[in-house]
Amino acid sequence: MADAAALVSSRWRDLDKLLLRPGNLVGQNFEPGPELRDDLQEYAKVLVVGAGGLGCELLKDLALSGFRNLDVIDMDRIEVSNLNRQFLFRLQDVGKPKAEVAAKRVMERVTSVNIVPHFCRIEDKDLEFYNDFNIIALGLDSIEARSYINSVACSFLEYDSEDNPCEDTIKPMVDGGTEGFKGHARVILPGITPCFECTIWLFPPQVKFPLCTLAETPRTAAHCIEYAHLIKWDEVHSGKAFDPDDSEHMQWVYAEAVKRADLFGIPGVTYSLTQGVVKNIIPAIASTNAIISAACALETLKIATGCSKTLSNYLTYNGLEGLHTKVTEFVKDKDCLVCGPGVLLELDTSITLQEFITLLEEHPKLLLSKASVLHRKKNLYMQAPPILEEMTRSNLSLPLFDLIGQVSKDVVHVNGMTNKNGKKTSSLRKLRVIFKGIDGVSDMDTAGGA
Amino acid sequence: MAEPKTKYDRQLRIWGEQGQAALEKASICLLNCGPTGSETLKNLVLGGIGSITVIDGSKVEAGDLGNNFMLDESSIGQSKAKCVCAFLQELNDAVKAKFVEESPEALIETNPSLFSQFTLVIATQLVEASVVKLDRICRRGNVMLIFARSYGLTGLVRISLKEHNVVESKPDHFLDDLRLNNPWPELKQFAETIDLNVTDLVAHKHTPYVVILVKMAVEWAERHGGCLPSTREEKKEFKEFLKSKTIALDEDNYKEAIEASFKVSTPRGISSNLRQIIDDSAAEVDSTSSDFWVMVAALKVEFIANEGDGEAPLEGSIPDMTSLTELVTGFVISSAVNLSRTLLLSSYDSETIVLLYTYKTDHCQLSCRHYVNLQKIYQAKAEADFLVVEQRVRNILKRIGRDLDAISKTNIKSFCRNARKLTVCRYRLIEDEFNSPILPELLKLLTDEDYSVAVGFYILLRAVDRFATNYNRFPGLFNG
Repeated sequence: MADAAALVSSRWRDLDKLLLRPGNLVGQNFEPGPELRDDLQEYAKVLVVGAGGLGCELLKDLALSGFRNLDVIDMDRIEVSNLNRQFLFRLQDVGKPKAEVAAKRVMERVTSVNIVPHFCRIEDKDLEFYNDFNIIALGLDSIEARSYINSVACSFLEYDSEDNPCEDTIKPMVDGGTEGFKGHARVILPGITPCFECTIWLFPPQVKFPLCTLAETPRTAAHCIEYAHLIKWDEVHSGKAFDPDDSEHMQWVYAEAVKRADLFGIPGVTYSLTQGVVKNIIPAIASTNAIISAACALETLKIATGCSKTLSNYLTYNGLEGLHTKVTEFVKDKDCLVCGPGVLLELDTSITLQEFITLLEEHPKLLLSKASVLHRKKNLYMQAPPILEEMTRSNLSLPLFDLIGQVSKDVVHVNGMTNKNGKKTSSLRKLRVIFKGIDGVSDMDTAGGA
Repeated sequence: MAEPKTKYDRQLRIWGEQGQAALEKASICLLNCGPTGSETLKNLVLGGIGSITVIDGSKVEAGDLGNNFMLDESSIGQSKAKCVCAFLQELNDAVKAKFVEESPEALIETNPSLFSQFTLVIATQLVEASVVKLDRICRRGNVMLIFARSYGLTGLVRISLKEHNVVESKPDHFLDDLRLNNPWPELKQFAETIDLNVTDLVAHKHTPYVVILVKMAVEWAERHGGCLPSTREEKKEFKEFLKSKTIALDEDNYKEAIEASFKVSTPRGISSNLRQIIDDSAAEVDSTSSDFWVMVAALKVEFIANEGDGEAPLEGSIPDMTSLTELVTGFVISSAVNLSRTLLLSSYDSETIVLLYTYKTDHCQLSCRHYVNLQKIYQAKAEADFLVVEQRVRNILKRIGRDLDAISKTNIKSFCRNARKLTVCRYRLIEDEFNSPILPELLKLLTDEDYSVAVGFYILLRAVDRFATNYNRFPGLFNG
């Protein structure tokens, strides 16, 4: 038993060099000492979003950095093409949920850590789930998913009466992303540094081909493939949805694309390119993922302990020709719909919840359809699942003013769909509602009447 | 065994079959398997490196478990090299994994010839004196060396090899090879067959921008004593000139032409980078020269000066460009929609759409033909350039007494396609860096905003290693 205890303490030989000693490059409020290490291990709770190329590395790095309480969420199952970089998975794991296998493998090797896997969509978890973590580390490959988690983390942010962010409501995020030899790592402190939405312009618009080019004047191999995928498939298979994971479907699209290319004398259609275009495959290698994840894990440790100053606030890495890194300090968009104090809505006390939901759909800044409405952890109306919808339906005809406890102003969260570049995406928005003509208790009675 | 093609799919999309083959042929030696070295190998093993040899003389201690995932509690007391090697083997059974339980420092002294069997040596956490010795051994044996040193939250990586030549350097941003500043006869002839002064709007919008620019450059040159636009004023004027040729507001091909108009003004001939390579003394080839330099020689004396008309071989590919107008806008695909449904959903009434659609179809063949024909002209020129270079390469091989087919067609083709992007890297001996630092260079970097921090850490890390050599311990060890 003495051996086991000695093992546990000497295991952190190197981490202790960072946490037990003072330094010149440390963060504000850094208080070195064994208590810091103990607090990190006992209280710090980190959520890793994604158990793919970045997620596997993040879990390993965070576990080795002394974190003991980790959760990981991922909706995907392991595929063969993951094995060139997702080092926690083996061939025999193909088909199993990534989150579960990743958590198990790291716990097997780093015995001190506890990792709770969540095999589900990020939208399936409620706000309380996310609020439970001190830091959220993102290892994602889609803009939509980042945008969603960002809106969740920003929804916890509260502002004081002077519109300054309240420090204890800040939910830090560390975000990594890679594509081939390139990557980025960033630290998001909502309300202080720009959130994902403040700098959404950093992402180039997705390449989309005009339909007429596909239908009439293909010039490239990709045009031929998209013709087969988006036009010919529906013409031939009326009503049957195309499934990109069905290899027979993919073979069919490939064969059609080849025919099309031959007809127009266009070279370059291959099966690999067909998969690449149809599934929008992003090339990925182990090294870039390891470098970016290491940067993200280190930032997470720095946020949690203050053992060194954090990245401010966006690191770009390019290993394509030689190796280049650059840190850019982006600035916050003070009118940001997501991390700002929230869109201000001035309402009549008579407005019902149903009317309020309709208003969100038409509001030029929001254009949010199918909204669910949340007030201080209480569901006022839920679009799904059916059982909750039924339970909350009766609220629709009640005045919002009554539902939120007849206060003159408050914050409500709404979760619905918005249209981004022609694509429907889940969006969470924070709204500040103010009721007209309510400045004192005397007016309260006039609001009733439903 | 999984189909390697599927397993490596995401990386094959970057470096292709050729890159993968090079990786699978490589044999890597790691000196010291601490976290830096182990993680480096992990990323190579996952990608399918040919073989690895882990050299480390130490036993696993509890403290190693806090920074190295390849080790676990059962490893304590065992050879670190053995444990790391076993974990790495588990990651990819296609990789040949070996270990040697000996101290790298000792092997550098006692068995220097050991290193000549490897493609590349990764040396981590070595003391100064050993690095210098190993570097000399590797240079002599023509083995590539990567030296890595990590120290708390800082670290450095240094590559050391005599010469590294890259054909497919795949630069991030590189100007496409359209030769608009110096069109060859066939391209000019093709442009002449297309009339830009058509009044038919649809036909006018069909002309690819390359054709527009070739023709307009000729017209411009005729009015300017044979010169192309070169000054800022002239470039602006040229853009205005292009704009004056549009007959409608939404001609995307003209917009593209205006955006790309600077390509007409780029200087002719080869870049200074390529000039430097062909002027290199290594381009004077003999029987000991590498394939790379034989091909450079073929470019140098023979091609560029003669058939190339001062230029490198043509790349042969052209970017996608509008050669069709979008009569009905807003047809952007968001999901799998079929054409007729989209037509009906649009804001136009369906009868008009059908009319426009039929009308367009007639012109489509024309527009496709333009683009595909243009593509063929570029490909034909690239092929012709390749054949000339190939002949030159064979001649040189004969002259220097090597097999005529020593360099494959595929390699020569790839060389021609990438001729403008060739890269040659040479590295100083580490001993030279340590003994005769280029002080003006260091001082310049120290005052450079982008590099001052990195250079500061470089000097500090060097000082740390010097300290460790002298006192046999690291500075700050007893601070607490």
